[in-house]
Amino acid sequence: MSVLPYLVAGWIFLIGCYGLATSRNLIHAVGCLAVCQASTYVLLLAVGYRDGGTAPVFSDLRPGTRPVVDPVVQALTLTDVVVGATVTALLLAFVVQVGKRHGTVDPDELSELRG
Amino acid sequence: MSRRARLWVLAVGGLGLAVLLFAASLELPGFGGDRHPYGARAVEAALARHTSNVIAAVNFDQRAFDTLGEESILFCAALGTVVLLRQTSDERRVRPEPARVAPPVRRYALVALPVTLLIGLYVIAHGQLSPGGGFQGGVVVATALHLLYIAVDYRALERIRPVGLYAMADAAGEAAYLLLGAAGLVAGTAYLANVLPYGTFNTLASGGTVPLLNAAVGVEVASGVVVLLASFLDQAVEIVDADDTSDRSPDHHTPPEEKPT
Repeated sequence: MSVLPYLVAGWIFLIGCYGLATSRNLIHAVGCLAVCQASTYVLLLAVGYRDGGTAPVFSDLRPGTRPVVDPVVQALTLTDVVVGATVTALLLAFVVQVGKRHGTVDPDELSELRG
Repeated sequence: MSRRARLWVLAVGGLGLAVLLFAASLELPGFGGDRHPYGARAVEAALARHTSNVIAAVNFDQRAFDTLGEESILFCAALGTVVLLRQTSDERRVRPEPARVAPPVRRYALVALPVTLLIGLYVIAHGQLSPGGGFQGGVVVATALHLLYIAVDYRALERIRPVGLYAMADAAGEAAYLLLGAAGLVAGTAYLANVLPYGTFNTLASGGTVPLLNAAVGVEVASGVVVLLASFLDQAVEIVDADDTSDRSPDHHTPPEEKPT
């Protein structure tokens, strides 16, 4: 089935969303957001795949001898990974502060504002 | 909204999105298909500019401006984390105590450290030739330093890791990328245009500005990750509440076996 990889990407995204919405721990929620983001890697790499293709690196491959997978989506995935990792770090820093100031990391208990 | 109602909203929204995603998947070009117009053009452009790793060519030449944005996100996220996790006035620092490490762990970590460091530097330096580059190699270099935390303890890591210097190197990497872009303007073309000679294909000096931009990113990522991990480790190991003497006194801080990273 040629649409299966795309469906897998959509499924991973929905699973991540479910985890985000039902999470009772902010660290878990950040992890779920990372799962959502992982679905975009799967989607990008699936879009760029080519049957029988190899990595688009010509250090040990004569150009034109073999089909290569799409390098544009691979570069986009690299961007995605880097941004995802740093944003995860930033969010976890927020969770550390929330945990220290409020004594809880359960989003349901964080309803009131505190100066 | 009650928890039950929220789950219902989620179910309806999720189902709707699932249907849309399924319909969209059917319209996408088939998996593994042969038609990749952008990919084919990117490969052509990379070969014309003597860069054998096409992904590096896309990141540091064809869409180098996007990579500037990406690098700036990394820089800002590291900066934001440092600001968020700094020591506040109602907190104090405790000296981490030396911890005992099992001899085999110490041995293997100390052997792995120089090897990992070398691999990281290799991956950065060969970014335009073989798979890898500044982003990937930078992370490997940064994690190599943290093997010292596993092998010895936190104080040994702190000795080889002056955070201030790494923060400066982080900024220097970002600045180097910006200034290398300006070289294009000086040469009379566009910002971040490839202005250097392309060199011989498949050698370290090939690709014009690609290896230089790659090295700038390598420096920034390696020092950025070190600074990020330092802020988190500080929180886990050193910083405690000023009035907190019971549950996190110096003698039971997080032992090195339980890595907070």
